[in-house]
Amino acid sequence: MTAVWTIAGYGLREALRRKVFLVVCLLTIAFLALYWMGTRYAFHHIGNVAPPEGIDPRTFAGAFLFGMAMFGTLFLGVVLAIFLTLGVVRGDAERALLQPLVVRPVGRSTLLVARFLGAAAVCAPYVLILYFAGMLVTGLEGSWWPDRIVMPGLELAGGVLIVAALSLLGSVFLSSIANGIAVFMIFGAGLVAGLLGNIGHVLNSHGLVHAAKIAAWAIPFEALYQDALRSITERTSGLTGFLLRLGPFGGAEQGGVALRLWAVAYLGIVGVVAIAGFLRRDL
Amino acid sequence: MRFRLDRFAARQRIASRFRGFGDRTFFVASWHHSECTLGDVPAALAVSGLAKRYGAVEALSGVSLEVGESELVGLLGPNGAGKSTLVKIACGLVRPTTGRAEVCGVRAGSREARSAMGYLAELFRFPGWMSADELLKLHQRLAGSEGGERERSELLELVGLLDARARTVEAMSKGMQQRLGIAQALVGSPRLLLLDEPTSALDPVGRRTVRTLLEELKRRGVSVLLNSHLLSEIELVCDRVVILLGGKVVAAGTPAELARPRGVEIETNGGARTYAEASRDDIPRLIAELVQDGQSVYGARVLTSTLEEVYVEAVGGETS
Repeated sequence: MTAVWTIAGYGLREALRRKVFLVVCLLTIAFLALYWMGTRYAFHHIGNVAPPEGIDPRTFAGAFLFGMAMFGTLFLGVVLAIFLTLGVVRGDAERALLQPLVVRPVGRSTLLVARFLGAAAVCAPYVLILYFAGMLVTGLEGSWWPDRIVMPGLELAGGVLIVAALSLLGSVFLSSIANGIAVFMIFGAGLVAGLLGNIGHVLNSHGLVHAAKIAAWAIPFEALYQDALRSITERTSGLTGFLLRLGPFGGAEQGGVALRLWAVAYLGIVGVVAIAGFLRRDL
Repeated sequence: MRFRLDRFAARQRIASRFRGFGDRTFFVASWHHSECTLGDVPAALAVSGLAKRYGAVEALSGVSLEVGESELVGLLGPNGAGKSTLVKIACGLVRPTTGRAEVCGVRAGSREARSAMGYLAELFRFPGWMSADELLKLHQRLAGSEGGERERSELLELVGLLDARARTVEAMSKGMQQRLGIAQALVGSPRLLLLDEPTSALDPVGRRTVRTLLEELKRRGVSVLLNSHLLSEIELVCDRVVILLGGKVVAAGTPAELARPRGVEIETNGGARTYAEASRDDIPRLIAELVQDGQSVYGARVLTSTLEEVYVEAVGGETS
């Protein structure tokens, strides 16, 4: 167990010293500042808006803006997760950083798990802080608070951890650049699946909705994001609720407990495949 | 003579540095010996019929060799001969296609095998933000060493980096990083040391320090497999030499066994005379003949081929 914490600590320190972390921090500050300005402006002018009947403008604006903030949070979290894990195995081996660690009496599986924990220790708090910051800005500026407070944040963090695990798996087989591109493409595929679901709902196409649902579950970070979107307006009904469930960058879809269990199992499967690949890899 | 004195002085300095560290090394060595009788002490490294293929490329084909207790074995061969692959299999970084590799009697690459060895890769890098002390601390934790601060100080002193213990890796010269790599490989007092080109980035003084260090390690009971292109270095410190070519062992033995007689040289008042066909047994007769001819004889020596000549002969002048 000491080895796990030692390597996790090593990974954590390395993550914090990388320039990418600084870049993400600057992007985060810029994002929050812009989000605060946008939210302030939107709620300031909300009294001048005459919405169609059945739409509560404050709820709609609050949930829509916060939904976009959640997408921004997911996106920044994913960027951070990918950059922290894309070169853990092959990248570090090519830079000759990995070999001195692997020859120590620490199992390769321990090393991989520890590097995942190191990345998770950076990414999960980052996502949660950003999520709650966005919520605070929306609540203070517009007096709108999501229906569920904690679970959507945890689901976003879970989604980012799944991307980190996929990136770690990719790092066993692909070079850093190839892995980065591949994982960003998978993230993009999730985004497209969400948009397809949106279109399917509007066109009332069951086939499209079904395809989007399968894609979202195949890459469950997207399903977790959709469930998180659904959770923030869980008790919102009527036309407002319907429009909000179309969601920004992917529709809101209830996943429930089954999704959360599947996400945990998915993490386990990805982990097992990554470890099996790493154990067979020549360095 | 001066060189010998320098070597002696350097050896004394290293020996004095080793005293504290050496106690622990001795402890480790004696523990290993107490585990079994002298007859069944497993070789530090035993490799048998080892083969490794990378796709169509055969890096190793049926290599067998042993590194005994306290033995320093030099591994030679042109680039691409399979030396690094062999070392990587021994430390568990690469899996053999066929054959067997054991470290101290257990399968190479197993946790027990990795506990018993230290490794310095040919190309290695440490995180630039880490200080020398932090790096050794990290490796102490991973190796399960309880040497603590004392072991770190001794290792840093051993490689001449005690004053640079707080310096980050990125602020060190290549030579300093190489010496830090050697200190890292010695963390946990390993029984077998696998060194892949440990002196490639060192200046002549640094090389001599490493050479003296290797001699001291051998004296302390540590077995070493040294992969190097520096033939003079190998010749000076190694008990045995193994030459690889195309993934096969083409020559092996002590430097004396590998050396071939190249005649006799006798120094007379008329200059040095070489008798290419003569052997050691011919020297009295040759001297008697020269004296009979009225020549003064000042010395005689048997000529043998250098390791460089043996190497070039073994690899047939091949280079990559």
